[in-house]
Amino acid sequence: MPEARMNCLADLRGRQERARVAFYGPKVRLSVGVGTCGLANGAGDVLEALRDEVARRGLDFTVRATACVGLCEMEPLVDVLAPGLPRVFYHKVDPARARDLVAGLAKGLHHGDWALMRADQDKLLVDLPRSLTGSLNGLAAVPTFEEIPFYRHQMKVALRNCGFIDPLDVEEYLATGGYSALAKAMESMPPEQIIETIERSGLRGRGGGGFPTGKKWRACREAHGEPKYVLCNGDEGDPGAFMDRSIMEGNPHAVLEGMAIAAYAIGASYGYIYVRREYPLAVDHLRRAILQAEQAGLLGINILGRGFDFTVRISRGAGAFVCGESTALMASIEGQAGEPRAKHIHTSEKGVFGRPTTLNNVETWANVPVIINQGADWFAAIGTKASKGTKVFSVVGKARTTGLVEVPMGMTLREIVFDIAGGVAGGRQFKAVQTGGPSGGCLGEDQLDLPVDFDALTAAGSMMGSGGLIVMDDRTCMVEVARYFTNFLRRESCGKCTACREGVLRMYELLEKITAGQGTTADVDLLEEVSRYVADNSICGLGKSAPNPTLSTLKHFRGEYLAHVTEHRCPAGVCKALTKFTILTASCKACGKCSKACPTEAISGGAKKVPALIDQAKCVRCGSCREVCPFDAVGTE
Amino acid sequence: MAPTNLQTQAPVDLAAADAVIDSYQADKSWLVMILQDIQEAYNYLPQPVLEHVAVRLALTPSHVYRVATFYASFSLTRRGRHLILICDGTACHLRGAENLQEELTRRLGVAPGQTTADGLFTLETVACLGACALAPVMMIDGTYFGKLTSEKIVAALERFAAKEAPDA
Ligand SMILES: Cc1cc2nc3c(=O)[nH]c(=O)nc-3n(C[C@H](O)[C@H](O)[C@H](O)COP(=O)(O)O)c2cc1C
Ligand code: FES
Repeated sequence: MPEARMNCLADLRGRQERARVAFYGPKVRLSVGVGTCGLANGAGDVLEALRDEVARRGLDFTVRATACVGLCEMEPLVDVLAPGLPRVFYHKVDPARARDLVAGLAKGLHHGDWALMRADQDKLLVDLPRSLTGSLNGLAAVPTFEEIPFYRHQMKVALRNCGFIDPLDVEEYLATGGYSALAKAMESMPPEQIIETIERSGLRGRGGGGFPTGKKWRACREAHGEPKYVLCNGDEGDPGAFMDRSIMEGNPHAVLEGMAIAAYAIGASYGYIYVRREYPLAVDHLRRAILQAEQAGLLGINILGRGFDFTVRISRGAGAFVCGESTALMASIEGQAGEPRAKHIHTSEKGVFGRPTTLNNVETWANVPVIINQGADWFAAIGTKASKGTKVFSVVGKARTTGLVEVPMGMTLREIVFDIAGGVAGGRQFKAVQTGGPSGGCLGEDQLDLPVDFDALTAAGSMMGSGGLIVMDDRTCMVEVARYFTNFLRRESCGKCTACREGVLRMYELLEKITAGQGTTADVDLLEEVSRYVADNSICGLGKSAPNPTLSTLKHFRGEYLAHVTEHRCPAGVCKALTKFTILTASCKACGKCSKACPTEAISGGAKKVPALIDQAKCVRCGSCREVCPFDAVGTE
Repeated sequence: MAPTNLQTQAPVDLAAADAVIDSYQADKSWLVMILQDIQEAYNYLPQPVLEHVAVRLALTPSHVYRVATFYASFSLTRRGRHLILICDGTACHLRGAENLQEELTRRLGVAPGQTTADGLFTLETVACLGACALAPVMMIDGTYFGKLTSEKIVAALERFAAKEAPDA
């Protein structure tokens, strides 16, 4: 039965305590990550199998649906919290294994041999570390979190709770100390002090720009005009990045709590969360979280009986990358086409509906409650001189272990790529890492010792961006990568200013020409010139940064461009017009994998000890054969 | 199968549009959301409905049309019964998404943005589905397919086509 609305801070404390008792209570608690990536890996069936097996055996277990813990590759992940035992995580669970797990737990037994890792302490929940020591009953051989390379170097602040609590039940958020920060702010911190705390913490925006958050709040607080608005940017347009999705799906109340604290400090009464349409699950989880928070008296009218009103609504994007930009996002919320405007007047003074507005990114919001709870000094002690706290990265592309990682600022890219993500998949050679989204830059091997830091990455010609970290190996063509990003930006340019609309198109045409094998050295020079023009003359961040992929690859991988235009060769074997795949007969073991993978049936042989042979007339140069060959027997010329 | 435009000129029932507009209290600031919900109800944005929206929200038809054509997810022509979104985001691109998109095009006989002649599938590319760790990824009607291969594409298409069998 849902609890009644809370009308004072004492109500909140009591309810948190009851929720905590239930969370760590006498019942066995099973949970499965059914975020977007879990679902894509079949976690829905595992959840059903667990529920069914528990019911069939008449067990008094709790079965919960959580979201993503970041190890997307290992899903479905099942998390077991049994009284007196460490928390245990099982990976790559299928429905049959799920049933066996329940059968074992019914007798109080874990399947230690299947387990991925254990947690003796719930210290990943920064707000409330909790010791789970008890008996290690058959679990001593299971490594702890701290022993797993993927987690050893991580520090969860923004991702706290993600994958550890049921995001659809506010009680689970309350159990981990949720909404304490809002209560603390309203009870004991005048608005001025809240803003000062955020300023002193050194928090900078996680959406890409790295603008000091406290400064933004202050400008909005001081601006004239009513009502004021607090917005959350959940557009996450950067392909390859999904930390905002993970937070909105896995811990939506953290975002709401952060927004409510800002609204209280700034004097805002309305909030909007702008979410992209490709994230239906995030929309659903946020919507339900808002409803539950309103019923609990944590949002809406007269929050916790303190006379403070703050209402939040969701606005869904309709598929336009530029709507992640602040002024375009506001236009979209107002029901207009999402075109940016030049920011002669700050949005803190005249933002959405012409009123003072504060916009922050999802991850930025998720940091706020922790800063209020732990204090500015705690936060400022993490990170580098000018980049404080942690940053979440989605490590994707050719990395061995792909997923979400959260690390203290200042960690080097090398540590993230090699120590956490295990380097490059398939034992291939590392070539580059791309940060900063479509308008970020590519950094090569010699720059891997750069720290994760807003200013250091910008100085190197890339940027922090929203945290996509895309690993590229020796089979990635850097010219093609530049072409790919420029094509993306060309399509997403809203067309308002000429430099971006025409310039990015010209850049794309030149890159097409080069990757098609028809470029000259003069084209490479012209490309560089146009890129600089676009960077200097565009209205908004999209155009200003659109040349980054081109300029950074020209800077660090110029040799690859020259190979395309002078030798008519694509060193990575990617550009179709310049690549011909052949079987190296001496290395071919006739396993048949390539002919099976070929989409156009261009490969004959490859069985009964007859080496494979590629029919060049049928070959579409997709490279599938090279991808699957276990013997490196597919060569390029 | 050749691409077709199945737009009909038959009169359109406006009741569903009115229900959507009412659920937003006919507040024009919700235009982008209203159009999304209407598209969900009608499968696309029929012209008479757009005109009706303009009247109900006291906006000019040109404003509504401008918004409807600005955002990539709106369609002014009827779409297939199943929407296939193949991701062409960076993570998917690096793991061969382009080849899979070509595979879909070969199988369905339509390029991205088009609908199969039998009206069953519309193929579209998207810039990221947020499941990048499982690249390459595609989504059909909200169901995700991760670590996509040619074989998985064939199986998925058959599964969705089979759903339609008796009355299609
Ligand atoms: C073209 C463009 C796209 C952007 N896309 C996003 C986005 O998807 N998500 C985001 O949080 N910020 C995005 N931004 C940055 C926002 O304009 C804005 O700086 C940010 O939301 C502010 O929040 P923060 O200070 O917490 O980072 C984008 C900026 C530009 C120029
Ligand atoms: S890049 Fe394809 S899902 Fe993100």
